[in-house]
Amino acid sequence: MPELTVWMSWLSWPFLLGGVFFFLAGTLGLLRFPDVYSRLHAVTKADTLGLGLLVAGLSLRSDSWQSVGLMIMVWLLVMASGATACQLLARYQREAESSKATTEHRQANDAR
Amino acid sequence: MPAELIFDGILILLLLMLAGGALHVRSLYNAIVLFIVFGLLLALTWARLGAVDLALAEAAIGAGLIGVMLLAALARSDAEPGPRSGRAAIIVSLGLGGLLVAMLTRAVWPLAQNTAALPDMVEIQLAASGVSHPVTAVLLNFRGWDTLLELVVLLLALLGVRQLGRTTMQLPTAWPILRAWSRLLAPLTIMIGGYLLWRGSVAPGGAFQAGAVLAAGAVMLNLAGLLPNIRWDSGLTRSLILGGIAVFALVAVGTHWFGAGWLDYPLNWSKPLIVLIEIAATLSIAVSLTVLVIGENEQPSP
Amino acid sequence: MTHVSLYLLGGIALWVLGLHALMLQRSALRRIMAVNVMGSGVFMVMVALASRGADIDPVLQALVVTGLVVAASATAFALRLATADAGDNADTKQPADQERR
Repeated sequence: MPELTVWMSWLSWPFLLGGVFFFLAGTLGLLRFPDVYSRLHAVTKADTLGLGLLVAGLSLRSDSWQSVGLMIMVWLLVMASGATACQLLARYQREAESSKATTEHRQANDAR
Repeated sequence: MPAELIFDGILILLLLMLAGGALHVRSLYNAIVLFIVFGLLLALTWARLGAVDLALAEAAIGAGLIGVMLLAALARSDAEPGPRSGRAAIIVSLGLGGLLVAMLTRAVWPLAQNTAALPDMVEIQLAASGVSHPVTAVLLNFRGWDTLLELVVLLLALLGVRQLGRTTMQLPTAWPILRAWSRLLAPLTIMIGGYLLWRGSVAPGGAFQAGAVLAAGAVMLNLAGLLPNIRWDSGLTRSLILGGIAVFALVAVGTHWFGAGWLDYPLNWSKPLIVLIEIAATLSIAVSLTVLVIGENEQPSP
Repeated sequence: MTHVSLYLLGGIALWVLGLHALMLQRSALRRIMAVNVMGSGVFMVMVALASRGADIDPVLQALVVTGLVVAASATAFALRLATADAGDNADTKQPADQERR
């Protein structure tokens, strides 16, 4: 039986490292990408995947089913809230841009 | 141990950078966003230091509700005046700041080696307190007065805000996805609030955390346009807010008349009395915080 | 150097950072945030001291929980006071708007 736990903890390393990698990639994208949409894309997608991998890695190391269930529920909640927040921010940005565009258009017309 | 120290060092550096950003970044909106992130990382810090009660309260109050209040205040306020500038001011403030850090460090440093006697006393008395979570025992039994007066402070802040009259804040109609998400989260906040209240006697949680989570849920529903304003004018609001203080004060008077002294619970009664006070205080804190954040907004009718 | 002394230093640094901004900034919102940062520094010193012994000191932690709610109440009141002028303007403006409607 101890061999199984040793195996599991070895198996969890790729998941944990993958999770860290995706978090880093998402953060880099958030800092370096040029506009709001691609930044949102980077941060929500990469972080959701990164958190999922972390949860998978930690589940392999956990010793009770209850904590595994809790972690999966946390992941689902974060995923849903990330998707909602991304949608809201992107929509806000689009409306801000379109209202700016219409005012510029109107100003151009007035100038003419 | 070194790995943990590296984590602590990075966390503290991040906190300092976020605080510096929140206080000095040029755009006030960005500053408020940084301040909210600062609150969230502070919650992580409390959890790291073993103060789970505090982490829960900080995440709901410090990061959530204060963030909403700051953004609402930003919408009401005029353009901000710039900071004091000038080379002399910067040099003097840097010098004074360094001096203060050195003096405070000298004052606080020896405290890390002292050991306090209070934890052992709490440990000894814990069995008699009626609850098994030491922080709840301190809050509602050993130092119940603090908690009672804290409810009074909350009420005073509420009355003070009320004296200044209503504000107008034009909220745009919420988008359907925000409404749907708030509808989904509302039962979750009620469940988590109830769970925190129920868990408070044996584990981190209790009246403040539960009240703050419930208030955050109510504020979210209100901002999504699903909950009408909770007004001080309505009798239900007043009775809920005053109910917490009233129950607490009645218990204090009752224990004085029939028992050993003010807020000195009889041994077998302590658990039910604490639960009763906690339920009333949770509702009072939840409604007070909600009214404090959103209640006095006059939404112009469309 | 244990983690307790690290957090003690961090709390002191936060407090001084807040005080510095409180003296340097002139906008009310920034000053309120500065006071909050100072409060966080004090809380950090207290929570670090609470975890210095073998078991955690519940008295200090309970004090900080109380302090957090008091700080939040004071912040709410201060924010309302800071924007009192703007709110009054909005109040006086509102009837005019309604007449126009």
